[in-house]
Order: sequence, then C-alpha cells, then structure tokens
Amino acid sequence: MATDLPSLMQNVVAPLVKIVLLIGGLMTAAAYFVLLERWMAAWVQDRRGPNRVGIPLTRIKLLGLGQPLADGIKFITKEEYTPAHVDKPIYILAPIVILAAALAIFAVIPFGSVLPPIPGIPGLDKEPIPLLVAPGLDPSLVFVFALSSIAVFPVILGGWASNNKYSFLGGLRSSAQLIAYEIPLGLGILGVALVSGSIRLDKVIVDQAASGVWNAFLQPLGLLVFVVAAFAEAARLPFDLPEAEQELIGGYHTEYAGLKLLLFLVAEFLHMITAAFLIVILFFGGWHLWGLTGFSEESISWAQALLRIAVLSAKVFLVILFFMMVRWSWPRFRFDQLMALAWKVLLPLGLVNLVVVAVMVEYGGTLKSQFGGGVYWIFAISGWLALIAAWVVAALVSPSHDDNTPRRAAQKFDTEAEFYRTF
Amino acid sequence: MQPNDPQVKWIEEPKLGLAGKMYLPLFVQGLAVTTRHLFSPKVTVSFPEQRPQIGNPLIYRGVHRLNKDEQGRVKCVACFLCATACPAHCIDIIGVESPWPDREKYPQSFSIDELRCIFCGMCEEACPVDAIELTSLFDLTGRSREEMIFDKEKLLSVYDQTKDAEPMKSTACGGTVT
Repeated sequence: MATDLPSLMQNVVAPLVKIVLLIGGLMTAAAYFVLLERWMAAWVQDRRGPNRVGIPLTRIKLLGLGQPLADGIKFITKEEYTPAHVDKPIYILAPIVILAAALAIFAVIPFGSVLPPIPGIPGLDKEPIPLLVAPGLDPSLVFVFALSSIAVFPVILGGWASNNKYSFLGGLRSSAQLIAYEIPLGLGILGVALVSGSIRLDKVIVDQAASGVWNAFLQPLGLLVFVVAAFAEAARLPFDLPEAEQELIGGYHTEYAGLKLLLFLVAEFLHMITAAFLIVILFFGGWHLWGLTGFSEESISWAQALLRIAVLSAKVFLVILFFMMVRWSWPRFRFDQLMALAWKVLLPLGLVNLVVVAVMVEYGGTLKSQFGGGVYWIFAISGWLALIAAWVVAALVSPSHDDNTPRRAAQKFDTEAEFYRTF
Repeated sequence: MQPNDPQVKWIEEPKLGLAGKMYLPLFVQGLAVTTRHLFSPKVTVSFPEQRPQIGNPLIYRGVHRLNKDEQGRVKCVACFLCATACPAHCIDIIGVESPWPDREKYPQSFSIDELRCIFCGMCEEACPVDAIELTSLFDLTGRSREEMIFDKEKLLSVYDQTKDAEPMKSTACGGTVT
C-alpha cells in the first residue's frame, strides 16, 4: 500500500471527511424527519404540531425547530432501564447492530454526483471527487441488500432477548415480513440492473442522466413493486405490523427505553431514508433533472455539482413526504393479507416486469437502429401496458382478498357439554 | 354462545368490484382526505397566546365565584344547600348571625377545595339566592394544595374579575331572583 501523501489524502483522509459529513448529515436529517413526521401527523389531524421549542434559554421559538435537540436530550437523560428478565448481552447488542447496519448501507449510496478537483490539495487535485464513501465498489446493490437483510436480525434478537410475548410477536412478524419482501424488492431492482447493465448505484444514475429517460417511465411496474416492497422493508404504514401499537404495544422495542430505544427509532428513520434514496436513484434519475444538471461526470463546475446535490436531496425529501402522507392515508394490512400481497401479487408482478424488461433489452439494439430516440416511446408504452394488464389480472385473480373469516360449519349439539367437547 | 345458536347470524362481506380489488378507490380516497386536511384550518389554538372560544359562558362550568349584591355584600345566606348538594364534599361554610337586617345568617367563612371539586354545577343549581355560580374560567392553576382551597375573599374576587364579562346568570337567563 502506497504511503505517499497524495494516495493517503485520496484513500484515507477524503473518505474520513465524507464519512463524518454523511453520518453527521444523516443523524441531523433523521432528527429533523422525526419533527417533520410529527408536523405531518399534526397537520393531517388538523392540529398545529410541535411549535414551541426554539433556541434554548431564550424565548425565540423558530417554529419549533429546536424540538429535535430537546427530544435528543430527553432520550439521553432518561433512565437507562434494563428489565431484570431480559437476556442482557443480546438485549444490548440488538440496537447497536441495527443502527450500525442502517448507517453502513450509506457507504455505497451516492449523495450527489462528483465534486470538481480541488487545486492545492495533493491527491484530490487531478480527478473529480465522487460523492460516495466507497466509490468503485462494483456490486454496491448487493451490498445494500446484504446490509438490509442484516437489519432483520436485530429486530428478532431484540424481540427474543426482551423475553416478552409482545416483543417476541413483533420480532416474528418482522422476520416473516422482511424476508418475504426482500424478494419483490430484488425483482424490482433486477429490471433496473438489466437496463443499466450494472449494479453500481452511481452508474445507474449516470445511465439515466445520459439517456434523459428515468427508469420510472420505462418500467412503472418495477417501480410499483419496488415502492410497495420498500414500504414493507422500512416497516412503515400500511405495513408496520412489527410494531402495530394497537396489537403489540410497541412491538419488538416494547422493553427498550432511553438511549437504546433512540437507537432503534433512529435506525427506523434511516431505513426510510435509505428506501427513499434507493427509489430516487433507481427509478427517478438520482441527481438528474432535464436542462439543469447536465449528465457528464468528467468535467463539472462547482455550481453544477452543488445543484446536483440539491436536486437529489429535493427528490429524496419529496419521496419521504410521500412516505409520511401514506402513513395517515391508508389502514394497516392484516398479516395474512400482507403475506398474500408479497407472495401472490408482488412476486408475480415483479417477474412480469423482469420479462418485459428483458425483452426490451434483448430487442432494444435492433429497434434503436430503426427508430432512433423513438425507441424509448415504444419501451414506455409497453411498460405502461404491462403495468395495467398485470394489475388488472392481479385484481381479477385477487389472491389477497381471500375470505378467511373464522367460522365453523353449523353443527347440531344436543347438550352444551357435547359442544364443549369439540374444542 | 353456541355456533348453532339461532340468534347468531352470519353476515357476508360485500363483494368488491374490479376497481376495489385494484385498490384504486381506497388509494385515491385516502390520499384525498389526508391532502385536504393537510391544508384545512386548524382546530386547536396556541393556548397561552390565544384563548379558545367558549361556546356559551353562561352554561360553562369553570371556577366558582361568590356573587355580591348591589351594596357589595356577599349574597350568600349560609343555608348550606350547596354544601349538602355537593357530591364531592368540597364546600366548607361557617355560618354566623347576620349583621344585616335582610337575612338571618351569612357566611363568616366560605371555602371551596377546587382540587376536590368535580365541576358538576350542583351547588349552582341548589343555591336559592343565586350566590354561588360557575364562571367560564378554565385555566385554574396553583403551586400548592393550600393555594387551591379558595376562601371567601378569593371567591368574591373571582366575581369582581368576571362580573363584566359574565353578568349574573339569574338576570341574564331571565330568572326571577335579583
């Protein structure tokens, strides 16, 4: 390993700076998304929401923007209560693992395009600096999947270690749900990977930017499958079965308090942010916006680089707003409906999307030589037709509307004792 | 309940149409409702700066007051009807011989434990001379339990505080007692 100054700057200092910026930004973002979530909840319910806490020790309120700080202090100074009946090592391990995994995913998620070379700093003065902690990691989508699968374990561990029936039920539900929805999530991504020919997230963005056609227009069915699966993976309503308050108190984190609970809650918000990033990057062109951001990663001005970061953040913000609106818009699915949706609806829909995209990619080259740019219209129309057809078929077959009302065939009993004997 | 109970009637769910099975009407309705409410006027108020509107102060049951007559004397005649009617036993009256010719007794001391009071308004109903009334003051706070036991002076001062905004109910409601 080279130890000269330029490569040290390039390989050690620059990633460290990016990591600090990213983790700081993500933690702040998660804290403010909690505030935004409370605001959205309040506004949808015709309330005003938290609007009191401003600058500490003054009377300046700033619309309540100091609330995350107050919440953080509250969580940290709360009693760190560990119930006597828990399995202590696992109980402590679970929140740490879930937050570590949630943060580690961002190593491969680009939070912008590239920065222009900075003259005067050795190692960074020649090539553009990618806004990505681990640039050049080829299987970055596989990395995302691996780490989001790890997020299942802390939930199960936390539920198990809590030694509480509600926590355990939450953990079990979560394991079944997350494993079931990994598959449609992967199928949604496969279509994108086929079109881009790469599973590098930055490459996927550059591809969409170069053609100017976002994947959402070409494969709406893939988008649908991916978004629904992403909601389930982030355990957001209408799929928040693992912590359904009305049924399971707090779900897998019922027995947690103080800082450990904070770690779980922050990790949940990070999952939502990850899902929003993935939706934007895979289907909505990442940092690309027509006529504004350009599409080259080779030569770029500072203004353009900052504009790309702003566009990406704005898109992610809009997706998160949608996440929060959805929370108050639709009722929660029943657990069997949730499973039926994953296995009987989304899985076949994802396969249909994959087939349609595969056909597009197979004949794309020959069609392009005939029609030129018009080939995207053909792809888009076939993609939307596939969406409508597949959705109608799924609705007609309606596997998620199974009637499973519990009932017993009417049976004649002569005495009450005879009836009770049947149990 | 037995499953073959003739009283038990199984009701079938209504069948969903194609749109319902496609989840579309629910999707649109849900999003429309939340979006509409997102921008609709808020029903809560920013409390200390902004006071909520009380529907009709004359029938609101808040902090008590002891009314005064035209000469500024307490109207109470120490009949103990309110203390008797009170289900929470929060009214404590010491009645003594009245110094005025128009009544036999008057309250030397009259105290209401606002922490025990359940604000049912029975005292107001029971009073034969409309001396005790419930006002529309609702933000009742104190730093100690002793502070929350309102004595005669405090209750009379509540009258001074609220008499302009809320005239005595007997006349305002068209009652006969003046």
